[in-house]
Order: sequence, then C-alpha cells, then structure tokens
Amino acid sequence: MRMIEVLGPGCANCRRLEANAREALTMAGVEAEIRHVTDYREIAARGVLSTPGLVIDGRVVSTGRVPSAGDIAELLFTSEA
Amino acid sequence: MTAVALRRLHLPFSLVVVVAAVAWLVAWFAAAPFASWFAFDLLRLERGSPLGEAVAFFAFDVPKVLLLLLGIVTLVTLVRGFFPPERVRDALAGRGSLVGTAAAAAFGIVTPFCSCSAVPLFIGFLEAGVPLGVTFAFLISSPMVNEVALVLLWGLFGPGIALLYMVAGLAVAIVGGLVIGRLRMERHVEDYVWEIRSGGAAVATSHPTWEQRIRDAWAYTRDLVRRILPYVIVGIGIGAFIHGYVPTDLIVAIGGPGNPLAVPLVVLVAIPLYSNAAGTIPIVEALLAKGLPLGTTLAFMMAVVAISLPEFVILRRVVKPRLLAVFAGVVVAGILAVGYLFNLVVPA
Repeated sequence: MRMIEVLGPGCANCRRLEANAREALTMAGVEAEIRHVTDYREIAARGVLSTPGLVIDGRVVSTGRVPSAGDIAELLFTSEA
Repeated sequence: MTAVALRRLHLPFSLVVVVAAVAWLVAWFAAAPFASWFAFDLLRLERGSPLGEAVAFFAFDVPKVLLLLLGIVTLVTLVRGFFPPERVRDALAGRGSLVGTAAAAAFGIVTPFCSCSAVPLFIGFLEAGVPLGVTFAFLISSPMVNEVALVLLWGLFGPGIALLYMVAGLAVAIVGGLVIGRLRMERHVEDYVWEIRSGGAAVATSHPTWEQRIRDAWAYTRDLVRRILPYVIVGIGIGAFIHGYVPTDLIVAIGGPGNPLAVPLVVLVAIPLYSNAAGTIPIVEALLAKGLPLGTTLAFMMAVVAISLPEFVILRRVVKPRLLAVFAGVVVAGILAVGYLFNLVVPA
C-alpha cells in the first residue's frame, strides 16, 4: 500500500492539498492511504519548514505550495521507482 | 459550441502572459479618468463637494488597489519562489550575530511566511544551528516587511514612504534580533524543541519550470486577493468617508503633534486589525492626507501587520512565556521608537 502524507497544522492550504491529493489518486487510478500530519514535532522532524508539505511513500516531494491534482498524479508516477 | 472551439484553441502560454500584462497596463492608466467620469459625469456630483470627493476617491482607489495587488503580488510571489525558507536556513546556519541578524532581516522581505508555518520554521531554524536572535530577526521582519504592505505603500504614497517603511522595519527586526540574542534566552525555548532531529533534512528540492512558477504565482495571488478583497473594499469605503467628511482639525487634534500619546494610541488601535493590512492602507492614505504625522502613520501600519495575537498564541507552543513577552516587548518598543523618531525628523 502506498502512502501519501499531508504535513500541516490544518490551515486552509493543507486542506486544499489533501483534497487535491484525493483527486490525484482518482485521476491516476492509484490506491493509497492518505494521512494528515498535524503534530508540529513530526512536521519539523521531516525537515519541512513551510507548510503544507507533501510526502509520498516517506519522501518529501513538495513544501510551501499547493500542487494541483495533476501535478500530484505525476509525482505519484515519478516517485514510484 | 464556441466554448468548445475556444478550449481546443490552445493559446501559447507566453501569449496569455503578454495579453494579461497589456490589459493590466491599459486598466492602470484608465483608472483615474474612469473615476472622475464616474463621479462627476455619470453621477453628476459636484467637484469639491464632500460626497463627490468621497465617491471619486472610492472609484479611483478600488481599481487601483485591485490592480496593484493582482500585478505586483504575482511578480513578488514569482521572485519569492527562488528563496524557499530551506535555502534561507542553510544560508543563516552558523553565522555570527551581526551579519546573521542583518541577513535574516533582509531574507524576511523575500521569504514567504504565514503564521501557520511559524512553528515548523522556528524549530527548523534552531535545529539547523541558526542562533536564537537571528531566528527572531527573521520572525519579526518576515511579516512586518511584507509584500502586500510594501506594494500598497509604494502604489498609494510613492517609493519614498515605501522605502522608509522598509528601512524602519528592517531596523526593528535587526535591533530586536540582537537584543534577544544578547539576552541569551535559549533556556526559555520549550525543551522538546532542542530534542527534535530532522536527520539532515531529506527534502527534495523541486525545480519547477517557468510556466509552473507563473501558474503557481497567479493561483496564489488570485487566492490572496479573493480572501482580502472584502476588507480592501471596506477599508477604501472608510477611507473615502474620511476623505470627504472628516474635518482635518479633528485628525490633527487626536493624532497630530499636539498629542504626545498619539503613537501608542494608534498602535493600540492597530492590534485587533491584524492581517488586514490591505484594508488598512486606504484608511491610512486618507488619514495621512488629512494631516496625520508620518511617524504616527508608519507606526500604525507596522503595528497592523507585525503585532499578531494569533501568531503569539501559536509561538507559545515553542517558547516559554518569558521569551514570548520579550519578543512582544521588543516588537512594540521598536514600533513606538520608529513612530516617535520619524515624527521628530519629519514634523507634520
């Protein structure tokens, strides 16, 4: 099972990122668990300074911006290797 | 049918950008004639009458502020994309106090900051070895010398006041950072912060294309403008009312040089206005025109953007009450100093 994590304390951007991630999964036809990380310690421990952060399968792929569903779908494929 | 045809007609992205830029310029130069036509020809209001001047102020300021926000925030966001906080942190780690503090304050101008990022940013800086005072210089400067405030100050008052504001804001951030650094308050940071290890920060730095960058910047700007537009319009409405109806004598009596407590008074008024910088500036524009002294005006602006109760509440998670109090005290003292200093140098 693949894993998408959204790092952010629950601000508007983090919720938008989570929605985009769900849309990306549907677009790409990929099954994955989505986790929303709101604990500051864990966010900081991942080395993310600006929220929201996007983590795919344990790798931080984007910080400080809200990638579109299309961008995330692409990231799902490129980070598969 | 036409809609489908249009959607198929994939315009080259560069053409869209050029068309948007030209449309912006045309609208910019049409704003002033439009406002005077709207108030004095269409509505047949009398030039010089309170209502006529108020309506003209409103009809000129709304398109002007909107255009400034859309155009320049997009550009600023584009530039900021090249200075992510991760890069700033790496540049600041292990610097000496004076150089590091000044650099941190300068980076605050170009680095995006939202108060929901304050905590991860704070932890990330300290964890990478950025000194506490340098970190606070950044935390003071980043919201205070913020792009929306600077752009609006520039557009409505000209470059002189915008630059004064920037220099004053940087000075507050540098002095504040140096003071906090000198007080050696590391033990007033919550203990768990020192225990976090990110393990060398395995953050993949993405390399977006120019088209992605421009699209990102535009999406961010559209969002921001949509969020703050109601405040801007209310602010311009209040500004228009002041412009047309409030007598200059009243403003001078309350905020002028005759009242030595004017600066702390406006700072107090500004505290609940947090995050409404865009709505506040049109009010300030009207007040300044009515004789509010420059220092008092700058102090008011700074207090609106830099004294944020929500941010203090969020920061309480990582710093103990005494350090939080010192942080707040340093910021307030800095703003008051700027107000009195400018009033002294540039008398009304």
